[in-house]
Amino acid sequence: MRRRSFLVVLLGLAFGARADPLLDPITKGAPVRQGRVKLDMPLLADNGNSVSMSVSVESPMTEADHVRAIHLISERNPEARMASFHLGPRAGAAEITSRVRLAGSQRVVALAEMSDGSFWMGSANVVVTLSACVDELGS
Amino acid sequence: MAARIQLPGRARRGEVIRVGILIQHPMETGYRLEVDGRKVPKNVIRSFACRYNGVEVFRAEMSPGIAANPFLQFHTVALDSGELEFSWVDDAGQPGSAREAIEVI
Repeated sequence: MRRRSFLVVLLGLAFGARADPLLDPITKGAPVRQGRVKLDMPLLADNGNSVSMSVSVESPMTEADHVRAIHLISERNPEARMASFHLGPRAGAAEITSRVRLAGSQRVVALAEMSDGSFWMGSANVVVTLSACVDELGS
Repeated sequence: MAARIQLPGRARRGEVIRVGILIQHPMETGYRLEVDGRKVPKNVIRSFACRYNGVEVFRAEMSPGIAANPFLQFHTVALDSGELEFSWVDDAGQPGSAREAIEVI
């Protein structure tokens, strides 16, 4: 039995599937591939309270092949799932712009869920000089 | 809750148009303190939806990770003349809505 679970882990590693506590609640363990998702954020943000964010996913956005959802995930914010955007073929283009809060320098991940059930991701590293305030109650 | 909408008033049929909305809302994180030390309760717009002539074309679930006075920009295909309707609700149960007409030629 132990040998079997070891084999499963080994297979998982071979296919690049890693258990990721941040992504698993969304992907339910499905493999996530790098690419197709472009997350645009500034390299340096003076103020974590409002950081511009733009995400675009390569997709024809047709009935048969479109982006179902884009999830924004933070590595350091108290709430890891910053936002989920649901779209469909009526969107025409999978491109979303907003402004986010960042509790410190970190990597932000954009995870795209396609209509065929596959997952793709892109990320951005942001250095935050002044974090969004979450410290008052933290100590 | 006031909102400002960016939408081309007129578009060609089939054109992909950019839709922007800025909603006036503090998006309280729940980590901020009052002067007397009491916690300001968490209150953010959790859900937002955009309907084009009654059909949902975009939906967002948000958290305190979205900055105060949330700004959202997305796209939709101009299909028919009519109206885009935006609606949202925050943690306090306060709903908000806005609408904007579009002419498709």
